[in-house]
Amino acid sequence: MTGKGIGIQGLKKRYGRGDTAVDALKGVDMDVAPGEVVGLIGPSGSGKSTLLKCLGAVIEPTAGTMRLGAEIIYDDGWKVKDIRALRRDRIGFVFQAPYLIPFLDVTDNVALPSMLAGTANAEARRRALELLEALDVAHRARAMPSQLSGGEQQRVAIARGLVNRPPVILADEPTAPLDSERALAVIRILNEMAGKFETAVIVVTHDEKIIPTFKRIYHIRDGVTYEEQGQGRGFE
Amino acid sequence: MINLAARDILHAWGKFVFTGIGLGLLIGVTLIMAGVYRGMVDDAKVLLDNSGADLWVVQKDTLGPYAESSSIYDDAWRGIRAMPGVAQAVNVTYLTMQVRRGEEDVRCMVSGIAVGGPGTPGWPPWLVAGRHLTRGHYEAVADIATGCRIGDRLRIRRNHYTVVGLTRRMVSSNGDPMVFIPLKDAQEAQFLKDNDAIRQQRRRTAENPIYDRPGIPNLVDEVIAAQSFNPFVNAVLVQIDPNSHPEEVADKIRRWKRLTVYTRAQMENILVGKLIATSARQIGMFLVILAVVSAAIVAFIIYTLTLGKIREIAVLKLIGTRNTTIAAMILQQAVTLGLIGFVVGRIAATFGAPYFPKHVLLVPRDSFAGLLAVILICILSSIVAIRAALKVDPAEAVGG
Repeated sequence: MTGKGIGIQGLKKRYGRGDTAVDALKGVDMDVAPGEVVGLIGPSGSGKSTLLKCLGAVIEPTAGTMRLGAEIIYDDGWKVKDIRALRRDRIGFVFQAPYLIPFLDVTDNVALPSMLAGTANAEARRRALELLEALDVAHRARAMPSQLSGGEQQRVAIARGLVNRPPVILADEPTAPLDSERALAVIRILNEMAGKFETAVIVVTHDEKIIPTFKRIYHIRDGVTYEEQGQGRGFE
Repeated sequence: MINLAARDILHAWGKFVFTGIGLGLLIGVTLIMAGVYRGMVDDAKVLLDNSGADLWVVQKDTLGPYAESSSIYDDAWRGIRAMPGVAQAVNVTYLTMQVRRGEEDVRCMVSGIAVGGPGTPGWPPWLVAGRHLTRGHYEAVADIATGCRIGDRLRIRRNHYTVVGLTRRMVSSNGDPMVFIPLKDAQEAQFLKDNDAIRQQRRRTAENPIYDRPGIPNLVDEVIAAQSFNPFVNAVLVQIDPNSHPEEVADKIRRWKRLTVYTRAQMENILVGKLIATSARQIGMFLVILAVVSAAIVAFIIYTLTLGKIREIAVLKLIGTRNTTIAAMILQQAVTLGLIGFVVGRIAATFGAPYFPKHVLLVPRDSFAGLLAVILICILSSIVAIRAALKVDPAEAVGG
């Protein structure tokens, strides 16, 4: 799948009805190009997670427009029939904790989304091994998740998010449990992979260590985003 | 697509195996209960088969001789023997009692058999050791389940009997082993009282003015003499001619002898349908309870295992796993647990059955039905866990 980034205009999300309704997103605009890694920063309750869930097609926005690549996937209502397939094939997720499936080995954890998409097991495993190679964890391909270090687990989780070559990856505080060195390593890997696969990467974070690495940052407060140029420092 | 259920089971095999063993013991008890019922039915059929009779002639309007007491005069067989279609007619008595063997009591059914030989109705059809009864008194042929050996001495009432032959699988409908003794001895044993009771009965009879009539000086003696022997048997076992129809012969005996006659099918219905019906219902209740307990255990285990994987299920859903795939994973795990339990239960039942005091008959049909029931219970039990899994919101995998 060739990536053309992700864009949203005027995205709104309202929880509840009537007097108790809460507007979590009040018209968010965001545009992330293929191969770009942007930060999404905001205090607790600002709407970060709601925005991430809307972008990930986990919850349905209330209004607005969402574009994935060249295709409008939401315009005051979903424009794709199979939301599950949309999540599986076109959106990669990396979570705060790796959340690897404990009963699958590293290769199958990475290959699973590809298998779910209908790829033959052997081909899915081949793709998984390629990614594990690229992420420098191929030597743990047959290990179980419980046998990996925190950094290795997060790299495997990134590989899982990339295996279907999605145009966008949503990373929800992917460095939270890691020390500075490993946190920077994860962000470096995300940048490398974004460049290699032309994937747009949105990283939700509170982590002061990695914020200076973003070239572009979206601040979110009270359901509204503000764009800011980041420092774009290196990873050393 | 890889089999998620199999991977999860292999990953947590200890949990599944040990839970399966626990469930298996429960299933084993369930199979044993079914086996006890089958054993009771089999005992009833064995009793009828071994009697060698086509018809059972008993006291009018009774369900004798196995399900109710029945008394008919011991000369009734002569008239029955003369009926058309009757090949053999012999007296028989049955008395369930405690028989003394050495220092211990053995619960058994004592059968009094008429003079004859192997093939005569009521006689044990074959022996595993020793010989058949040849003397008119104080010899016995005992089932091997009594623990007797050739030459052992049994005490029945006041008399002692020498075991001259051993049989196998000669049991009453209750599963008690049988002991065969001569008919006259059995008739005596049925009504034999202790010396004090006999003296008491003679004194009461002698003091009764009805028997002390002038002009009939020997009346008391005659009455006492009449009281001292038993002219009754419990039933007459009838073998019919090969060319006769059992129901037709039975009809004739009923009409002319004013007695109740049962064919083999009717007697089987009495033994299976009436005599062990309450026990069968009791066992049925236990089976239902055990099935419910098994279902509760499987449901609880699978539900607990599923709750332990809520986050993984949310991730699976988020990365696009179909609900059917997740449901199939839980269902397969439940069925696997059931299959492990069934295999363990079947093995436990097979090895445990011989140690039960009653005859436990494990039939393949029951095992197959048990397997289907286990699978059905596992499927139903997994519904709760599947519902919980399907309710998991993929958003749970995303923080916030």
